[in-house]
Amino acid sequence: MIMRSSLNIVIAGVGGQGTLVAGKLFGTLALRTGADVKVSEVHGMSQRGGSVVTYVKMGEKIYSPVIEKGGADFVLAFEEIEALRYAGFLKKNGKMIVNEKRIEPVTIRISKGKYPDDIVSRLSSSTLEGTEIISVDADRLASEAGNQRSVNMVMAGILSKFTDIEESEWFASIDEIFPGKLREINRNAFLMGRNI
Amino acid sequence: MTRKLMLGNEAVARGAFEAGVKVVSSYPGTPSTEITEAVALSYPSISAEWAVNEKVGLEVAIGASIAGGRAMSCMKHVGMNVAADPLFTVSYTGVNGGLVIVVADDPGMHSSQNEQDSRNYALAAKMPMLEPSDSQECKDYICKAFEISERFDTPVIVRLTTRIAHGRTPVNESEPLPVRLKPYIKSINKYVMMPGMAIKRHPVVEARMKGISENSADELLITEIIKSAKLGVITSGITYQYVMEALPEASVLKLGVVWPLNKDVIKGFASKMERVVILEELDPFLETQIKAMGIHCEGKSLFSLTGEYSVPEIRSVLSNVGDPVKGIEVSGLDTALGRPPVMCAGCSHKGIFMALSRLKATVTGDIGCYTLGALSPYDSMDACVCMGASVGMAHGFDKATDHALSANTVAVIGDSTFLHSGITSLINSVYNKSNSTIIILDNSITGMTGHQQNPGTGIDIYGSPASSVNLPALCEAVGVKSIRIVDPADIDVTQAVISDEMSRDGVSVIIAVRPCALIPQGKGESKAIVDHDKCIKCKVCLKSMCPAMSEGPSGEILIDLTQCNGCSLCEKLCRFGAIKMGKPEGIR
Repeated sequence: MIMRSSLNIVIAGVGGQGTLVAGKLFGTLALRTGADVKVSEVHGMSQRGGSVVTYVKMGEKIYSPVIEKGGADFVLAFEEIEALRYAGFLKKNGKMIVNEKRIEPVTIRISKGKYPDDIVSRLSSSTLEGTEIISVDADRLASEAGNQRSVNMVMAGILSKFTDIEESEWFASIDEIFPGKLREINRNAFLMGRNI
Repeated sequence: MTRKLMLGNEAVARGAFEAGVKVVSSYPGTPSTEITEAVALSYPSISAEWAVNEKVGLEVAIGASIAGGRAMSCMKHVGMNVAADPLFTVSYTGVNGGLVIVVADDPGMHSSQNEQDSRNYALAAKMPMLEPSDSQECKDYICKAFEISERFDTPVIVRLTTRIAHGRTPVNESEPLPVRLKPYIKSINKYVMMPGMAIKRHPVVEARMKGISENSADELLITEIIKSAKLGVITSGITYQYVMEALPEASVLKLGVVWPLNKDVIKGFASKMERVVILEELDPFLETQIKAMGIHCEGKSLFSLTGEYSVPEIRSVLSNVGDPVKGIEVSGLDTALGRPPVMCAGCSHKGIFMALSRLKATVTGDIGCYTLGALSPYDSMDACVCMGASVGMAHGFDKATDHALSANTVAVIGDSTFLHSGITSLINSVYNKSNSTIIILDNSITGMTGHQQNPGTGIDIYGSPASSVNLPALCEAVGVKSIRIVDPADIDVTQAVISDEMSRDGVSVIIAVRPCALIPQGKGESKAIVDHDKCIKCKVCLKSMCPAMSEGPSGEILIDLTQCNGCSLCEKLCRFGAIKMGKPEGIR
């Protein structure tokens, strides 16, 4: 069990996958639980299908908003190549949650290369000490919950299992960041991940 | 009191609300855009607007200030170059209602064409500059900036950097001041800057800056944290946060007002320290000034002039504790493929750049999503400098080569960028007898900064209907003789029209009309569906580099219908009729 007293989360994905909203959820949650928190986002050009990363740091007192390599308790990777890119951010005994989703970068098409098909197995068999790789088809779970766009909530739900933060706090945070009609769908997606 | 998680930019907007601001006029620019958006969304007491460019935005704010209201204008660092003309002279006039200019620098160039340090503007234009280090300070410093502005009769700059503007941290909200208009008093000596009046204002400006610099540490938002005397760090903004994390034993002098500086306070701090280091991203702004005070200190001899700083970097240079967070080696996993930004599925710019690529045209470019046309597979941009530069550069190509290159040269510029500063260049080209061709990429939105309205879209910042610039009529009015309108998804026609216009004498404008695929009016009603019986797997359609398209295991063409925005470019590219637009079951 990882305590909420201090938690560093790296959220990595491709522009448009909803990683910013995941960061907003963790930030809102931290504030509700009385922690200090900083969420560092990237907007602008890289959102156009580029690699995007959000850092969430919560704890008693947070200074730098940026997480350094080897500093993350969790890496939430919304896409396999992005999982590879941010694996080095994991701490000893950290956990990586990988969405089994492949979005081919144009660099592969231009170089006429192939999307590597062994990323999850390479990550799992890597030498990270005490780390755990959890891979799921979060896009499918989100679709089952009612909306493919709520992949971010499925990923958050999986992470939630490893914290001691009450389910009611998570729900209250979801209600805080989504308008009325979207709340239920996002709560369902969250539960899909949490009950995996 | 409500405590909320806010982006630095949202906190700036909140600060403006709490300070009783009446007018905000800005042009979008990453990382400053969300300030003005948040003002329009959340604070109806403020009149917010998208100005046509930063110069106009600042001039609107100046007018509002002279009229007696508190006013603010927000821009990215390069936007301040556009606004520099009024900036330098409003320093002389001073204000009536408080006037605050927010500038967002982008160290590390997350989304910018250069890495300029806007603190130099505070020095050059002789006005105070404040630099917050988190969202709470963004809000508080905006309120303080308005106070300083009215108390010292000066415009005030508040400087953000990307990590501050786009970082979410907790903010305590306070009760807003009422929006109040100060009485307007006509004074040509103060507000009409002709030589006779301006010459009397300059000494006032110098005295004002000296007066501000002599304020107390409290007034100048200076915090002194005394720990060990071995190392004293002078810093501000985001770097302060890095220092606090990296060097828990060091003494720190945190500057909230980064210009002007209080010599006595800085000397007092330095005298208590065995070693003084100035930590600041980009230019040695503080270092130069502090060295000029006769204080022995280090700075850029230890740290870079470029990019962002980081906790590990500061720790490794200034701490002998070593790096306590030991990064785990990830052997064999460092080969992740690059993922640069790309033109979206259905992007209206694809057809243009495929056509330009086929024509092997020389392309002077501009600022927007379409700058991506410089990259593979299009490779169709030869220069990109600043907002509006494409039009003037194409004219320069023409004049330098005595028309030799103009038959194969074209300028590309977006609708918002054209209105921002391309129109003046177009007038210049026509007036100076250019042989140049300009393509206006009219996607009906300011795209790259996240879909802001502009004077061409017919909608204002509140989403209300507004007057819309008629681009063909505008071009005709400035004297352009040949104006053509194309749909860039109709690639063969587009290519023929570009070829035709490049070889024509005089100035031609081609307006490529197709809304951005990410806004409602840009989404096609139908989706592209592959008929695998007709497809011969020639892969010509894949040359559009559409993110919705890929190649299956046996070379078949796959189109992800959840991503397809229905632009029909792939249908037009297929010579075998194997891709047809249609409405598949169950896909929205």
